[in-house]
Amino acid sequence: MIVAQRKSIPELIEILDGHKKVLVLGCGTCVTVCLAGGEREVCIIASALRMASRLRGNELEVEELTIERQCDNAFIETAAEAIERNDVVLSLGCGAGVQAIAERYSTKPVYAGLDTTFIGILEERGIWTEKCSACGLCVLHDFGGICPVTQCAKRLLNGPCGGSREDRCEVRPDRPCAWQLIYQRLKDIGQLDKIKKIKEPKNWNPALDGGPRIIVREDHRI
Amino acid sequence: MNPEVFEPKILAFFCHYCAYSSADLAGTMRIQYPPNVRIIRTPCTGRLEVEYFLKAFENGADGVLVAGCLEGGCHFIEGNLCAKRRVNMARDILSEVGLEKERLRMVNVSAAMGRPLADIIIDMVETVRKLGPSPIEQKSARTNSSNPTSEKSEMLS
Repeated sequence: MIVAQRKSIPELIEILDGHKKVLVLGCGTCVTVCLAGGEREVCIIASALRMASRLRGNELEVEELTIERQCDNAFIETAAEAIERNDVVLSLGCGAGVQAIAERYSTKPVYAGLDTTFIGILEERGIWTEKCSACGLCVLHDFGGICPVTQCAKRLLNGPCGGSREDRCEVRPDRPCAWQLIYQRLKDIGQLDKIKKIKEPKNWNPALDGGPRIIVREDHRI
Repeated sequence: MNPEVFEPKILAFFCHYCAYSSADLAGTMRIQYPPNVRIIRTPCTGRLEVEYFLKAFENGADGVLVAGCLEGGCHFIEGNLCAKRRVNMARDILSEVGLEKERLRMVNVSAAMGRPLADIIIDMVETVRKLGPSPIEQKSARTNSSNPTSEKSEMLS
C-alpha cells in the first residue's frame, strides 16, 4: 500500500492561508490503512484546523468528508457537491488522489494535506516500512524476494558492500543490511548459487528516470 | 464559586473500573473535590480516541483529565497504555495548534484511591486555573458576542 504521513498543523495553516471554506477530504483506501488520511484523521485534522485558525484570528469553516477512493472518478463524483460548496480542498489522499481531484476541478485549488512517503507494509502496530520503489522492472526473483533496489541504501545489485556492521546497514544502523537478508533468504530456500551470479547494470528506463510512466491495456479499453 | 476567580471547565474521562469507582469512593468518604470537573464514565480509557480530546477543546473545555487504571492493572490488559500514547499524541497536536499541552493530562489510579484522586483533581483545576481560560473558548465567545453587537450598532445607525 501507499504510506503517507500528515503535515504539521502550522504547515497546513500556512498552505490554507487566505481561504475561508475548506473541505478536508479523506480517502478510504491506502491512507486509511496507514492511519494518515482516513475518516478518523480527517476528524482530527479538521478539529485542529478549526482551533488553530480560530487562535490565529482567521477562523476557517471546515467541512469533513471521506470518500472510498480519491484516485477513481466514480468515487470522486460522490464528493462533487462538497467540493463545489467549498473554496478549497485539502486532500488527505496520496499524491495520486490529490492530482486526480485537481485534474477534475480545474478552477478549484486542491492542496495536499499529507506527505506521500513510500510503497510499503505494516511491519508491526504503528510501524510501516518501505518495500518497493516501483522501479518498473522487478528483480525480486533474483534476490529471494527481498528488494535490493529498495532495501539496500546503496541500491547494489551485486552486494554486499562490505560496510555492514553485524547485520545492520552502515548507512542506516536502525535498518537491517538488505544483503544480509538476501543471503539468509537464498540460503533458506536453497538458491544460494544465485548470489554468485553477476548482475548486469539495471535498465532504469522503466523507472521514473525515463519520465512519467503510463500503462495502456488495449484489452481493457473501450 | 467566587465570580471573581476563573473557574475552569474540565472534562474528565474516567475509566469505569478504577477512577470512576474512586470518585464514587471519594463521595462515600465525604472527600471534597472541586466541582469544575464534568466526569464522563468510559468502559476503559483504551476506548478513547485522539479526536475526543480535540473535540472537547474545540467545544470550549479549558482542560481535559483522563484517568485510567494503574499501569499493569487494566481490566482489558493494555487499554490504559493505548490511552497513554493517544493522550501524548493529542498533546503534541495541541502544541501544534497553539494550546498549552498541560491542559490535557492522563493519570493512573486504582479503585481504592479516593483521596489521591481528589488531590489529582484539585491539582488539575489549579494547573488550568493558572493557565487561564482556553483561548479557543475566548476567541469563540468574542466571535459570538461580536455579532449581536454589530447587529445592534447597525440597528442603531
